[in-house]
This record gives sequence, structure tokens and C-alpha cells, in this order.
Amino acid sequence: METNMTPHVLGDDIIVIEDLYKDFGSVVAVNGFSLTVRRGEVIVIVGPSGSGKSTVLRCINHLEMPTSGSVYIDGVRLEDKQTDINLVRAEVGMVFQQFNLFGHLTVLDNITLAQRLIRKRDKKEAERIAMEQLERVGIPEKAHAYPRQLSGGQQQRVAIARSLAMNPKIMLFDEPTSALDPEMIKEVLDVMLDLARGGMTMVVVTHEMGFARSAADRVVFMDQGNIIEMESPKVLFNDPKHERTKMFLSKIISH
Amino acid sequence: MTGEIQTIQDSRDQSSRYDLRGFPWWLIAIIGFLIFMFFLILTNPDYRRAFEFIRGEFGGIAGFRDSGMAGFIGTGISITIFTTIVAFAIALVIGLLAGLGRVSTNIIIRNIAITYIEFIRGVPTLVLIFTVALVIVPAVAGALGLSNQAISSNVRGITALAIIYGAFLAEVFRAGIESVPSGQMEAARSLGLNGGQAMRHVILPQAIRNVLPALGNDFIAMLKDSSLMSVLAVREITQMARLYSGSTFRFRETYLVLTFLYLAMTIALSLLLRWYEKRIR
Repeated sequence: METNMTPHVLGDDIIVIEDLYKDFGSVVAVNGFSLTVRRGEVIVIVGPSGSGKSTVLRCINHLEMPTSGSVYIDGVRLEDKQTDINLVRAEVGMVFQQFNLFGHLTVLDNITLAQRLIRKRDKKEAERIAMEQLERVGIPEKAHAYPRQLSGGQQQRVAIARSLAMNPKIMLFDEPTSALDPEMIKEVLDVMLDLARGGMTMVVVTHEMGFARSAADRVVFMDQGNIIEMESPKVLFNDPKHERTKMFLSKIISH
Repeated sequence: MTGEIQTIQDSRDQSSRYDLRGFPWWLIAIIGFLIFMFFLILTNPDYRRAFEFIRGEFGGIAGFRDSGMAGFIGTGISITIFTTIVAFAIALVIGLLAGLGRVSTNIIIRNIAITYIEFIRGVPTLVLIFTVALVIVPAVAGALGLSNQAISSNVRGITALAIIYGAFLAEVFRAGIESVPSGQMEAARSLGLNGGQAMRHVILPQAIRNVLPALGNDFIAMLKDSSLMSVLAVREITQMARLYSGSTFRFRETYLVLTFLYLAMTIALSLLLRWYEKRIR
């Protein structure tokens, strides 16, 4: 390793995003976004739709290729040619709005597939870990069900278990409760809260301000592809500095 | 598809009329024809002779005395079924590879796949059968140092059908792959699977399940198109019918029996397919 290490990837900075820029043709989604996340930190990103929240999240594991800028995961720069993105992704769990469980596989097989292919665990070991994670999210009895037989909340909890079974260092959540019926939101948020309290590094895009208040170390307010304001939830929700933040919060809370 | 539209209209009608209007009268008519033909073949010696000739020999031990594959698998129906199954199996492999090539991000692979697919789709099936059997197969045989005469017309016909249907099936597989929501690929990739692993373990199993009915339809289409191999003198049922009518001039008996044979096979297959489609829904 070089002694002259890039200063911003030292120590406990597990995610470093530097001057991230992403456009889709003529639409600029992310415009010069920079953020450093420390190990064990929970970051919640909020903002109006189209503000680039999800795109930032998807750039963190290169589901979207940034147009320019850098993303470091645990000191590894994803944009470097020699970086094996698949190795990095195995360390970064991601939970989607639409759950994206594999429809042709049972819950158990959903959770063991990547463990066996990527972590090279044998069937027995992978299934043991899968059952542990299903216990953790509270639905071990659904191990042999197919995704379509589960409620949305249950599917999302399986999706979380599927990611956790890979023992990721980081968990990304892309509006994990937006597609859920109201009565199922809590069961998913409870799992996420539990995870946050357990010390998982998390970056969460959500509209659930209650979750942000109770779990976030920092809340990032984004608009037009950039950070407008970044504070502890207490400060951001009670005493926002920027006009746009105030407007956004007033709309959210009036609901 | 028309059956579905029918059902939607019917559901607006009163339920007492529903059963009669939704009833598959067409199937009764076709089965009626099949039973009528069956009866004719049983009772009328002219039809029976035509049937027995077209049906051909089923090969087996007697067939071993003849040389070559035709002797082994017989003639007539056994050739029609054998060539269709073999050609379809090869076409599935070609179609899957070309379909994957069609959705590849590699420009060279994608363009090779598109060239193949569009080339085949732009030429009539009958013309392709001649071209493959009489131009491409001899050329490849020559390049491999094989004797052109050693390649039987059965092999030429199977090759032609496989190459033609490979292009059709490629489009079926492409549609199947594109029918799987993009979130499936994203979820697989986000777990660390590479593109190939995600395709093999996540996308393809779902894509293939989605296109099974379409593959079934293409199998039926191929069964019918196997009749085109008669132009290569492959002794499948159409060729047998031509031989029979050519020597007896009993056109009515010959071609009614031939029609009966194809219809019996395709209706059976398409009923099987409908049953399967209902079951997976």
C-alpha cells in the first residue's frame, strides 16, 4: 500500500463520495455531490422527488455509473479500472422500493443464492445463515414460501434478510417503505431500526421522518442534485436553515 | 387470443347464455372432422391404403436392414416427428445463444446476432430450405473435407429447419429476457453476482418460464413447416403423400388423410398447450 494515502479515505470513513456528477442525457440528476460516511453511521437522505436521492444511492454501488466524480468504499475507489465491482457489491447490501425478490425461487433460495455463488458457502451453511436472518426479521415460518405468497412487508423483510446474509459492511435502502401499505410500514422500519442500533452503517433514502428522527446520525436534505443542508435530525427538523428545507419539511409534515 | 376476447364479451351477457356462447364449438367441429376421417380410414379401403402408405414404416429392427438413418427411424410419421423434435432441440440452443447475443452489450456480438436474425426473417422459409440444404450444407461439408453425398437429405432438412427456427426462437428468448423486470437484474448485481451469473440464475429461469407458451406455438409451427422438407425428398408425411398421389392419382384420399394427420397432431399439441397455460396462470 502506498504511504501517501489519499487523505479522505483514512481511518473510519467507510464511504467517501467526492464531487459526484451524474446526468441522463440532458437531465442532470446529481450535480457535484460530496459526502463522507463513518463506520456505523446512519445517514438518511430526504428531498423532493427528482432531487437525485436515489441516483446518489445507486451510484454508491455503481448500479448507476457516475458521469464523473469518485466513490470510495472502505478505501477502494470504484472508478478504478482494476476494481472488481462485484467484490465491492457483495459487501454493500441494497434494499429496493419494489423488493425485487427473485420470483422463481423460494424465500430460502432467495437468501442462499448469492451466499453460495459469491461467498462459496455450502448448502447447509448458507441455509443455516438464511434461517438466522429470517429469525432476525421475524418470519422464519415463510422459508419455503414463494415471494408472491407474501405480503409486501414480508417481502421487504426477506429482501433485507437476503442482503444481511452476505454479511455486508454497508446497507443501502432505496425508499424501502414507499411501495408498502401503511399497516406494513412499521414492521419494515422496526427491522431497520434494530439494524441501526446494532451498529450497521446505513444510507437510507426515505420519506419516513419518524425513522430519520429516531435512527439517523445525520439527515441530508437534497434538492436539484445537491446537498442543501446536512444536520443531525434534531437540528434539521426543528431548526432548518434554508428556505427550501423549510418548504419541503412543511409540506411533508402538513400531510 | 380470440378466445380471451370472446370471454370478456361473454361475461357481459346473462349467465344463462354464457355457457352456450363460451362453449368451444370450433373444437367440436374440428374433432368432428377428425372422427369422420378416422371412420373413413377404418371403413373405406381407398382411404385406408392412402393412410397406410403415408403413415409409413416405423423403422425399428426391420429398418436396420436398410442403410442410414432413414432406415433406422422409418418413414412417414416417424420422420415427421423425429425431424421436428431434433430440429427444434437444435433450434432451442441456437435461439438461446442468438437471443442472448441480441441483448448483449457487446456491439460485435449483438450485431452478429441481429444480422443472423434479420437475414433469416427476410427470406421465405421454402427458399431458405433450398439455400441451406443445397448451398450452405455442401459448402460447410466441403470446408470440413466431408463428402457432400454422405450427408442425407434428413440431415440437410433438420439443419435447415434448425437454422430457420433458431432465428424465430432468438426473438422469443429476447422478448422473454426483456419481460423480466429490470429490478431482478439490479437485485442480483447488487448482491455481487456478475452479469453471467445473474443471467443464468435469475433472469433466464424466469424468462424461459414466461416464453414457454410461445415456444410451444413455435414447436407446432415447426411441425407444420417440416412438410417443406418434402422438397428435399425427405420421406416425411407430405413427401409420402406426394409419392402416393403421384402413383395412384387418388388426390382426394391422399390429401384429406394428410390434412387429418397434421390436424390431429397440431390440435392435440395446442390443447396440451392451452391446458398448460391455464395451469401456470
